[in-house]
Amino acid sequence: MTMKLVVIGNGMVGHKLLEELSALRPLGLDITVLCEEGRPAYDRVHLSEFFSGKSEYDLSLVTPGFFDQPGMHLRLATRAVRIDRAIKRVTTADGEIIPYDKLVLAMGSTPFVPSIPGNDRPGCLVYRTLDDLGALAGWGARSTHGVVVGGGLLGLECAKALRDLGLETHVVEFAPRLMAVQVDDIGGQILRRTIEALGLTVHTGKNTVEIVDGETARHRMKFADGGYLETDLIVFSAGIRPRDELARQSELGVGERGGIMVDNFCRTRDRDVYAIGECALWGGKLFGLVAPGYEMARVVASHLHALLTRKQSSGLPEFAGADMSTKLKLMGVDVASIGDAHGATPGSRSYQFSDGRRQVYKKLVVSEDGKRLLGGVLVGDAAEYGTLLQMMINGLELPEAPESLILPASGGGAAPGLAIDALPATAQICSCNNVTKGQLCEAVIAGATSIGALQAATRAGTTCGGCVPLVTQIMKAQMKRQGLVVNHSLCEHFAYSRQELYHLVRVERIRRFDDLLARHGTGLGCDICKPTVASILASCWNEFVLQQEHVSLQDSNDYFLANIQKDGTYSVVPRMPGGEVTPDGLIVVGQIAKKYGLYTKLTGGQRVDMFGARLEQLPLIWEELIAAGFESGHAYGKSLRTVKSCVGSTWCRYGVQDSVGTAIDLEHRYKGLRSPHKLKFGVSGCARECAEAQGKDVGVIATEKGWNLYVCGNGGMKPRHAELLAGDLDTATLIRYIDRFLMFYIRTADRLQRTSAWRDNLEGGMDYLRDVIVNDRLGIVAELEAEMRHVVDTYECEWKRAVSDPAVRRRFHHFVNSDAGDERVVFVPERGQIRPAAPTERRRRHERIPVVVETE
Amino acid sequence: MNDHATIIEWTSICDIDDIVPDTGVCALLDDEQVAVFRIGAGDFYAIDNVDPVSEAAVLSRGLVGSLTERIVVASPIHKQHFDLRTGECLEAPEYSVRTWQVRRQGSTLQIRRGDA
Repeated sequence: MTMKLVVIGNGMVGHKLLEELSALRPLGLDITVLCEEGRPAYDRVHLSEFFSGKSEYDLSLVTPGFFDQPGMHLRLATRAVRIDRAIKRVTTADGEIIPYDKLVLAMGSTPFVPSIPGNDRPGCLVYRTLDDLGALAGWGARSTHGVVVGGGLLGLECAKALRDLGLETHVVEFAPRLMAVQVDDIGGQILRRTIEALGLTVHTGKNTVEIVDGETARHRMKFADGGYLETDLIVFSAGIRPRDELARQSELGVGERGGIMVDNFCRTRDRDVYAIGECALWGGKLFGLVAPGYEMARVVASHLHALLTRKQSSGLPEFAGADMSTKLKLMGVDVASIGDAHGATPGSRSYQFSDGRRQVYKKLVVSEDGKRLLGGVLVGDAAEYGTLLQMMINGLELPEAPESLILPASGGGAAPGLAIDALPATAQICSCNNVTKGQLCEAVIAGATSIGALQAATRAGTTCGGCVPLVTQIMKAQMKRQGLVVNHSLCEHFAYSRQELYHLVRVERIRRFDDLLARHGTGLGCDICKPTVASILASCWNEFVLQQEHVSLQDSNDYFLANIQKDGTYSVVPRMPGGEVTPDGLIVVGQIAKKYGLYTKLTGGQRVDMFGARLEQLPLIWEELIAAGFESGHAYGKSLRTVKSCVGSTWCRYGVQDSVGTAIDLEHRYKGLRSPHKLKFGVSGCARECAEAQGKDVGVIATEKGWNLYVCGNGGMKPRHAELLAGDLDTATLIRYIDRFLMFYIRTADRLQRTSAWRDNLEGGMDYLRDVIVNDRLGIVAELEAEMRHVVDTYECEWKRAVSDPAVRRRFHHFVNSDAGDERVVFVPERGQIRPAAPTERRRRHERIPVVVETE
Repeated sequence: MNDHATIIEWTSICDIDDIVPDTGVCALLDDEQVAVFRIGAGDFYAIDNVDPVSEAAVLSRGLVGSLTERIVVASPIHKQHFDLRTGECLEAPEYSVRTWQVRRQGSTLQIRRGDA
């Protein structure tokens, strides 16, 4: 039997249903998906990131080939206009008729636009789809002022987008505070102050009565209190309304304030029609968050699967409502709302903590007897969110003094964390992907003993990432229970982690690998510990890496100060700080490449890479580069690579700061710094972010007032946006914070751990990092700055030193007993340059030699 | 054993001090490349210089060290380990290399074929 399933809507929830069905691989299911938009499902939760650099492709939720599966038919730009339940048919706007056996409605919501006269003027927009964003970008380019009507969760997201577009941004809210649903008055005030400090203007308690032509801008918004505001564009983000018109037309049962009524299996009053996501009304409630929508999708998928496989429906998962707690980051500000945030439960008591300096506010709502957590609000610092949420959901008993849960730790004692063991196995840890504590523990038992492996096995923490700290704790607790030691040993020669070795080197002032090995290790060392210790020694004492005592520790790249390639030749990268290079400099690079027959290519870090240099050519090439004023680019080292920059205020019409100058200063400051892994920087001269600084370990973006500092981003295999560490810094403070950040990373990271992975493993995450770097929570920033000063003050160009040291130069020969080169290195021409010969091409060449001899 | 023709002569390649302790060099012997390593002050080992995995002549440039009881070099291309005493590739024995004999004559280092 074939079941014809029609799904109307391919939003996040509709697509989740398809994914769940696809994973169950039921036989005989034929799915037609009607998608109103011209593109399939994308991530609406992270929509505003479209303006901070994410592409349509980044946001897509469709894995390649998904809709090519047999039995899956996607109709894009196809709107359903009518449902005939009696004959089980859907009619599209083009008049096409599609029959169904089962129908799922996943049409989502539309933005609510208040009925204000003038709300349809050109430049009055909404914010829900990628097309809306396209319109917003178009209008944004022709505007200097923007207003968002609505100071809720979506409104503030949208305000961020306007700010990212470079507009002077205002938020107009009808209620007396921002995020009225999620936070209370004090929380709203703190949120407002923080957002205003970022350069936005907030108007609360404003009722817009009319929009008319403006005098200084396109529109004038008139308020009920007689005031007005002029702006070039207006975005309405004042809530959403369920898309239930098809249900109304087909008499499916709709709630008083909208929403298609469904039961626990998400079925409407018609047993063959389901509704899920924001358009569904369950228990009199609408769910405007993605997690409950996903849960509904899972319920419907297993229900359909059971029907297909003729299983009893008893015991199937049912939708049981959802916890509407939320945690989000708005313009770098953490905001979280848990359960009964307003203390609406009769008899409930509350505890509050606020810190005016750090702009942090925390509130707990507890039951009358003080034993159970009912809810809470966190603004400015939501580190406790995961713990509090689990305490509330699982009804765990609160500690004697519940306030200790939100008070800052004093006297070095840590705040009481969540007793992981107290959580039941059924506790849902990842709500996005519905992963329980029990499932996590099972995965650990099955061998997933790293956070990456655990994520791959369970998908926990892979959507919003909010539960990762908790997932990590559960993993560690389970490993401990199994007697598995969380083994931090670097390798068989040292029973210490990189961080511990770093401390040993610092504290005992050890300067030689042999000393460290004799005191704290065994054996001869290996290709893991030698380069690691070499890097630590260089970070601490900054001695020449090729001096006699250190040279045998260096990986081939550091040993020859160049990047080894697949054929044993090397590539050469001279430093071009900030990507700036003179015409004469470029000519010299070109002449050298030509003279030595090197292949040239521009790197992603804005400089020139020359490939195909033989060992014996390296010192000769560098002598010429040094004579032309170039220095080592450290492309071979686990060290600062480049500081990429855009052209900045010097030339660019939009630039607000001198990004090139700052990039050059930063590159000169940190060049040669050895670190646990490579480091990449970027500096952008305005919010347009042309230097892609948010994809770097250290990203600096100009603001009107100074610089925003982002950290812990990277490109590569697992791209990751950097996060805001501090905003509107002057240049001196910027450099101090980067000094501290880099040295703290060098102190505490694992071997070959990029800053993003390091940040994921820092308990307390970005809030903790900010506390250490900005607020000096550990009391170490003076030390960190002094350590960096030593490295900066003792910089020397390694290549300059190498070419002038006869003992070092002697090593740059392929043979110890001959001046010949390596004859196995063979190049063939391609597109006017050389490339390494493939093994077959090389063998052909070798075979040809005797033939030539014979003919002679 | 007594057949003189099969005995291959030792070839002097360099002075001992031409090799920094715990590193390697590459010697040319007829048209073959040999990686010669110095471990600590006075232990010497020699294996083929060509890394059979990448086919690049680079083993002399690898990092040396120990793995349990073995003394090894790690290929700088993809980090496979080769036992300096036996030539065995620890990760993939099918990629093992030949060993060569090494001896000191005064301060001079000499090598010859391992099967001699």
